[in-house]
Amino acid sequence: MAAPLVRFLSKSLRQISRPSWGACQSGLRSRTTSAPAVAPNQAGGVVAFPPLQTYSEEESMMRDAVRKYAQERIAPLVPMMDENSVMDEEVITSMFEQGLMGVEIDPEYGGTGSSFFSSILVIEELAKVDPSVAVLCDIQNTLINTLFVKLGTPAQKEKYLNRLSTDMIGSFCLSEAESGSDAFSLKTRAEKHKDYFIINGSKMWISNAELSGVFLVMANVDLSAGYRGITCFIVDRDTPGLEICKKENKLGLRASSTCPLNFDNVKVPEANILGEVGHGYKYAIGMLNEGRIGIAAQMVGLAQGCFDHTIPYTRQRVQFGKRIFDFQGMQHQIAHVATQIEAARLLTYNAARLKEAGRPFIKEACMAKYFSSEVATLTTSKCIEWMGGVGFTKDYPIEKYYRDCKIGTIYEGTTNVQLSTIAKFIDKEYDR
Amino acid sequence: MSGRVLVGVKRVIDYAVKIRVKADNTGVVTDGVKHSMNPFCEIAVEEAVKLKEKKLVKEVVAVSCGPQQSQETIRTALAMGADRGIHVEVSGKDYETLGPLQVSKIMAALAKKEDAQLIILGKQAIDDDCNQTGQMTAALLDWPQGTFASEVTLDGDKIKVVREIDGGLETIKINTPAVLTADLRLNTPRYATLPNIMKAKKKKIANVKPADLGVNLTSRLEVLKVEDPPQRQAGMKVETVEDLVGKLKEAGKV
Repeated sequence: MAAPLVRFLSKSLRQISRPSWGACQSGLRSRTTSAPAVAPNQAGGVVAFPPLQTYSEEESMMRDAVRKYAQERIAPLVPMMDENSVMDEEVITSMFEQGLMGVEIDPEYGGTGSSFFSSILVIEELAKVDPSVAVLCDIQNTLINTLFVKLGTPAQKEKYLNRLSTDMIGSFCLSEAESGSDAFSLKTRAEKHKDYFIINGSKMWISNAELSGVFLVMANVDLSAGYRGITCFIVDRDTPGLEICKKENKLGLRASSTCPLNFDNVKVPEANILGEVGHGYKYAIGMLNEGRIGIAAQMVGLAQGCFDHTIPYTRQRVQFGKRIFDFQGMQHQIAHVATQIEAARLLTYNAARLKEAGRPFIKEACMAKYFSSEVATLTTSKCIEWMGGVGFTKDYPIEKYYRDCKIGTIYEGTTNVQLSTIAKFIDKEYDR
Repeated sequence: MSGRVLVGVKRVIDYAVKIRVKADNTGVVTDGVKHSMNPFCEIAVEEAVKLKEKKLVKEVVAVSCGPQQSQETIRTALAMGADRGIHVEVSGKDYETLGPLQVSKIMAALAKKEDAQLIILGKQAIDDDCNQTGQMTAALLDWPQGTFASEVTLDGDKIKVVREIDGGLETIKINTPAVLTADLRLNTPRYATLPNIMKAKKKKIANVKPADLGVNLTSRLEVLKVEDPPQRQAGMKVETVEDLVGKLKEAGKV
């Protein structure tokens, strides 16, 4: 099984690889993305290129802390949250307390001050227990916080970053009823008046909307300019004219609220523009490239969590005089799924490390998201089969993972979009 | 009372792991097995950090005796709120024979060196279940001890300790400096939050050798054999009381 192997490897490798990881990273940074060269061994026989499942001490401690927290404080509430389609307040408060909502935010603004990879590990660990909680953490960290950190003026950072890391949830509003994959054809418009804008239109499929305190709204200031008019506006929850409609009744990820929004002459000051006018499309693409890796981590965690619940059952259930795990047919299926999860995890970790190293990572991020969501679908489907009849009942957590995984191939860029993007990159690669 | 608190933290096999005996019966398998901080040590750290938050003590120092990996355990204590750590390096054969007597000598020496006014330990470790280190440390220092503590209250230069004993609860008042050992219900240890884990990176862990403290690690004990508990035998069902008495007589029990 992948999980204990990872733990063992990371523990034994942490000792020898920590000094070399820094050297490795700086070495990687200076190189281009072409063929990997063979690295000379450093003095003392320490390997210069450690495996992907190598974590800094900080990353390991974080992962262990989140694992423990998720198991003890979130796991007991999961069935209730799914049944009632609501995120428990205690979960949200403790997520903020634990510093999980501001992993990359500077401690100056109340955040944890850690790295992108740490947030990936956090999302993966949370997803093992509840993918709904993981998506809340993912959107906050990889979309909302990153947008503010990268594009915020000092005044905006001062006003929002502190709250985003301590008690306020944010929502990212791009999709509309008539524009999902075709995001840039969005129709929500923002009319300029002196020093403020009036926003009219509506958004759909906005995650966390029920609980968010701030909304990053993509609206077009000049529809005749097409996508070059798209601008990112910061809209506070209590702004008059902003209506948060009833949440959707979903198949999965039910604890995460997904609502339509209506904008009825919502007045937003010019100071609330994030970044530059007309550059919203760039920001959206940029952020979604990173958010993609977060979703990949969520899907990997989901698959692993489901798998971890299933294997003990197969080792315990006896039919025809032996454990169902001991049937060769079962073993082959299980080994196949475990391999897929491992591959998905490595794709995800590699995409994350590439991004951290400042190297091109978009193709790899697309591959990670596409592959992980497919693996999650395969894993959960197989797990229900392996569990037999009990897998089909709500008494066991397996069916929830099965329902939760499906959105993975749809949101933050459908599988078809990912595949097309990957193909575009491949096409370019062969241009030379 | 304000001052320094020493907290001992031990790196043990994680409580959730299924223990396996080594094939040569010399001990249990530790290679590649998940280790973490002894649960009673977590409770001890929590209590010390709580005292610091109430401003009743000034500094919490986490101490661990063991090989390189013990530093992880100290880091966890730092992430829970300890101010600095001391890693007493013991490895190889010395580590295999390390027991309460040696650890209590180390703790006593450190208490004198660091001018500690309070030592808090877990009541016992979940690997050897000795329940001796706290008591021995107190004896070596000639300090009073409050063991199996389920409630600790600092009262001027005295400490009120509620102890869990066989008959129920016993309340005692002891002078400081003193040694306390934490029992299960003393508190609920906090989670190390991510920001605290980051802060812990900057806290110092000093490296000390037992020889520097003038402690001799030779053990007076030798482990002869470690084996699994005997397999539970199947029981027997009987129909009547007479049958039961008959069977008991047969087995020579009556």
